[in-house]
Amino acid sequence: MVDWQFFALLLSNGVLIGLMYSLIALGFVLVYKATDAINFAQGEFVMIAGFLVAVALGAYGAPLWLAVALALAVMIAFGFGLERVMLRPLIGRPIVAVIMATIGLAAILRGFGPLMWGAETKPLPLPIPDEPIVWGPFFIPPIQLLGAGVSLLFLAIFGWFFLRSRQGIAMRAVADSQQVAMAMGVNVERYFALAWAMTGIVSALGGLIWGNLLGVDVHLALVGFKVFPVVILGGLDSIPGAIIGGLIVGIVENVAAGYIDPWVGGGTKDFAPYVLMILALMIRPYGIFGKQIIERV
Amino acid sequence: MSGVGGAPRPLLSVNNIEVIYDHVILVLKGVSLQVPEGGIVALLGGNGAGKSTTLKAVSGLLRTERGEVTKGNIEFLGEAIHRKDPAEVVRRGIVQVMEGRHVFEHLTVEENLLTGAYTRRNGRALSQDLDLVYRYFPRLRERRQVKAGYVSGGEQQMLAIGRALMARPKLMLLDEPSMGLAPMLVNEIFDIVSRMNREEGVAVLLAEQNAAMALRFAQYGYVMENGRVVLDGDARTIGQNEDIKEFYLGLTGLGQRKSYRDVKHYRRRKRWLS
Repeated sequence: MVDWQFFALLLSNGVLIGLMYSLIALGFVLVYKATDAINFAQGEFVMIAGFLVAVALGAYGAPLWLAVALALAVMIAFGFGLERVMLRPLIGRPIVAVIMATIGLAAILRGFGPLMWGAETKPLPLPIPDEPIVWGPFFIPPIQLLGAGVSLLFLAIFGWFFLRSRQGIAMRAVADSQQVAMAMGVNVERYFALAWAMTGIVSALGGLIWGNLLGVDVHLALVGFKVFPVVILGGLDSIPGAIIGGLIVGIVENVAAGYIDPWVGGGTKDFAPYVLMILALMIRPYGIFGKQIIERV
Repeated sequence: MSGVGGAPRPLLSVNNIEVIYDHVILVLKGVSLQVPEGGIVALLGGNGAGKSTTLKAVSGLLRTERGEVTKGNIEFLGEAIHRKDPAEVVRRGIVQVMEGRHVFEHLTVEENLLTGAYTRRNGRALSQDLDLVYRYFPRLRERRQVKAGYVSGGEQQMLAIGRALMARPKLMLLDEPSMGLAPMLVNEIFDIVSRMNREEGVAVLLAEQNAAMALRFAQYGYVMENGRVVLDGDARTIGQNEDIKEFYLGLTGLGQRKSYRDVKHYRRRKRWLS
C-alpha cells in the first residue's frame, strides 16, 4: 500500500528545494551562456554572500534590508572585478584555463570566508515564521516557499531579459560568436562583465535563502555541487532548463531519500542526483533544453 | 597613390598601411586605396593576397586576430580610424560583413537583424529598418522566426548583409559574398547590393575572388597580390587588362575561355612582383 501523504510530502519538498537549486544554477547558466566559462566557484559565491548577510546582521546588527543591499552591492562589484582581473586575460585561451582558474578561485574563497569572519556556523535569521504551513497532505516550511518564489521571480526576470531586451539579445549574440558580435559594434567585454555581475546578484539571493536554511559556514559552498546535475540535466545554457533540472534534482533526491534511506541507512540524497547526471550525459549530452550544435552538411 | 585632382574628398582613404600579425608576420606592405562617397569599389586578388586583412584593418577587427596597423593611416570622413576599436568604427558608419556568412546561429533571423542595429540609439526607426531589410530580402521575412543556423547558405549571406544594413552604415565592407554560393544566388545578391547602393547611398568596398562578377558592379577596382596593390583603375579598364583576363577571368586575348592546361608553364607562374 502506497502512503500517498508521505509521497506528497516528499514531492512538495522536492519541488521547493528544486526551485532553490534552480536559483543557484541560474548563476552558473548566466555566465556559461554569455561567456562560455564554466564557473566552478558558484557555490563559493553563494557562501560568500551568505557570510556577508549573516555578519552584517549578527556582528553589526544591521537591519535586514541593509544587509541584503550590502550583499547585493558587494557581489555585483565582485562579479565585475573578477571579470576584469581574472577572466579577461583568459579570453581566447583554452577553456581548461578558465576551469582551472575558477577551481582555484573556489579554494581561495573557501579559505577567505572563514578567515575573515570565523569558522563557526552563523545563523542567518529571516523574519518569517518557522512553523510549517500545513495544507492538506502538504507540509511546507515558509522559507522554502519564499526561496521558491524568489527563484521563480528571478528566473522570469532573466528569461525576459535574454529573450526580449536589446541587451539580452546582444548578450546571446556575444555567446554565439564573439568576433561577429564585435563586428556589429557590440562591446564584448562589457557583456562579459555584465554576466558576472548578474551571477553576483543571483548568488547574493542564493546566499540569503540557503544561508537561512543551512546556516552560514564553509559547508554552505557545497550547494554549488548540486548545480552540476541541475545544469547537465537542463542544459548548460538554458534558463528553462535550470528550472526543469532543478525540479528533477529536487524531486529525485527527496523521493530517493524518502524510500531508499530506510533500507541503506541514509546518504541517498547526496548521490542520487549524480547517478541521474551520469545517465543524462550518456543519453542527452547537451541536456534537455541545451543548445544543440548546429551542423551543416 | 594617385590623388584625384579636384574630386571631392573620398569617404574612405587607406594610406600606405602596413599590417603585422603577432608582431612578426608582415601581411600588408603599403596598401593604399580610396572609396568615394556612394561608390562601389572592388578589391580583387587570389587567396592570401591580403584582401580580408585590408578590410579588417578598416573595420578594426584586425586586433581580435592579433594584427596591428603599424604604418600608414586609415581615414574615414577625414578622421583617422585605424586606432579605434571595432565598436567605435561601427558607430562612425563602417560595418563589415565577414567572409563565410557569419550569422548568429542560435538567434532567430529577426534577432540577428536586431543585433545589426546595436550601435543605434533611436528605437523607433528600428521597425522601419526591419521593413526596409525585408523589402530588399523578402525571403528573410518568411523566415524571420527561424534560427539562423537552420536557413540556407544563400539566406545566411542575405541575412549577414541585411544585418549590416541595420547599422545604417555609410560604408559596407563585403568580404567574399559569393563564396560557396550557386551562381544564380550570387547574381541575386549582387543585384540587391547594387540596389542598396543606389537607393540608400551605401558605399561598398567589395573583396572578391570572383573578379568578373565584382567588376560588373564596381566602378573602380584594385588588384592585390602578396600584400600589395599591384594594379588599380576603372572597373572597365581593369576588365580589359590582358593579365587580369588571363589570370582572374580565365579568358585569352581573344575573349575566349581557355583551359588552364594550355597556359604555358612560364606564364602560369607569372606574377607582377618578384
